[in-house]
Amino acid sequence: MGTTTVMTKRFYAKGLPDIDLSQLKGKLIVIEGADGSGRSTQIAMLRDWLEHLGFPTAEIGLKRSTLVGRELEEVKRGNILSPLTFSLFYATDFADQLENIIIPALRADFIVLADRYIYTLMARDIVRGVDPQWVKEMYSIALVPDAVFYLKVSPRGLAERNFRKNGMLDYWESGMDIQRSGDMFDCFIRYQRQMQRLFLTMQHSYEFEVINANRSPRTISQELSAKIEGLLGLQSASHEPILAAP
Amino acid sequence: MPQAREPRELPGKLIAVEGLDGSGKSTQIYLVKRWLELEGYKVFFTEWNSSLLVKRSTKKGKKRHLLTPTTFALIHCTDFADRYERQILPMLHAGYIVVADRYIYTAFARDAARGCDREWIRRLYSYARHPDVTLLFDVPLSVALTRIVAGRSQLKFYEAGMDMGLSKDPFESFQIFQGRMYEEYQQMVDEFNFVRIDATRSPALQQREVRDLLQKSINLPRYRWKIQPWGLPR
Repeated sequence: MGTTTVMTKRFYAKGLPDIDLSQLKGKLIVIEGADGSGRSTQIAMLRDWLEHLGFPTAEIGLKRSTLVGRELEEVKRGNILSPLTFSLFYATDFADQLENIIIPALRADFIVLADRYIYTLMARDIVRGVDPQWVKEMYSIALVPDAVFYLKVSPRGLAERNFRKNGMLDYWESGMDIQRSGDMFDCFIRYQRQMQRLFLTMQHSYEFEVINANRSPRTISQELSAKIEGLLGLQSASHEPILAAP
Repeated sequence: MPQAREPRELPGKLIAVEGLDGSGKSTQIYLVKRWLELEGYKVFFTEWNSSLLVKRSTKKGKKRHLLTPTTFALIHCTDFADRYERQILPMLHAGYIVVADRYIYTAFARDAARGCDREWIRRLYSYARHPDVTLLFDVPLSVALTRIVAGRSQLKFYEAGMDMGLSKDPFESFQIFQGRMYEEYQQMVDEFNFVRIDATRSPALQQREVRDLLQKSINLPRYRWKIQPWGLPR
């Protein structure tokens, strides 16, 4: 194993009070992408690969906080919150995981795999008419990840994958809460296009790597692990499981 | 989207009271509300942290001590946004006098006292408009502390600011925390044009001052019910 490049973590702006960034030794890797882009598959494969190599990992994702995860799930079913309230509710969910999972895990030198991060949240809010500047400032408490991979699949491809997986399109992922006309398929395509456009505008300011995720899971996974190897300072030969070393 | 960017004149008026626990502000705002009601004005009363929607999370967070300064700030802001968009703003559009027992400045004081960045908090709440009149019920810290602590055998965990590890003793922690909030309030007087009310005097005297002040700053007759709602005594 090679040496890991030590880069001190930073927040997007002022960040959280009382956090010593120099203690955050682990890596934060974000996988972004719409439902059906293969995020969970890729994260599962990455996790296997990393654990095989002997790296401890931790995972976060949307609506997974102890504090508000379940409540968020519930209000989503009812569509009773305004975009602004939703935005703040999700930010609470994020902050809870940031402070209770991400930061402690990084302190313990874990690799944190984030199944989506602030970018999806910001894009969703902005598409719904929330002031972009306000959203950006709210999320200035977030840690800058070591890498962000955006799994990009064409909206049609996403629709097909969702049909195959669930037999239907998701209400929110079709932006049904903000659209008045057209059938659900049209809505889905339109909404996903809008989201992609936002992601591509964020790409430069937030330094995403856009991954063509129209390909097979295996191919994508190989590309991802090759990029992460560099990040972890591994030699390319380290595909050898380190547990099997003499 | 509601945004405080270009606050346009709304038909309603917003009156907020702020102050430490034990400053007597809730009594005063209740009397203001009763006065306006009995005089036949369109009035709506709202208090901090009363929305049913996110109450469960807040409760759980408090009970299980899950909250950090940041999530504490965010969850209360979520709660407030819900109440603001469903009640306060529509009422202001409909031409009510909205009286608020605590408003965004409570969050500014409390979250800053917990160590959150002041600017971040102010930006977070920037969707909310500032009240037409904000009354700060001002008592020396020691008076507020005595009023609150007298007759209380126990203080709640977050109320006492125990999450910050200021002291092992809840009462001592409470004092330090309230002291910080007191400082924050004092600093906001000029920033947000608070009207300071000397809350060491008798409640009736304070109420008279408050009513005089509201009569001067708000064109009250405009808010009289045009059509008496059925059954409302006049």
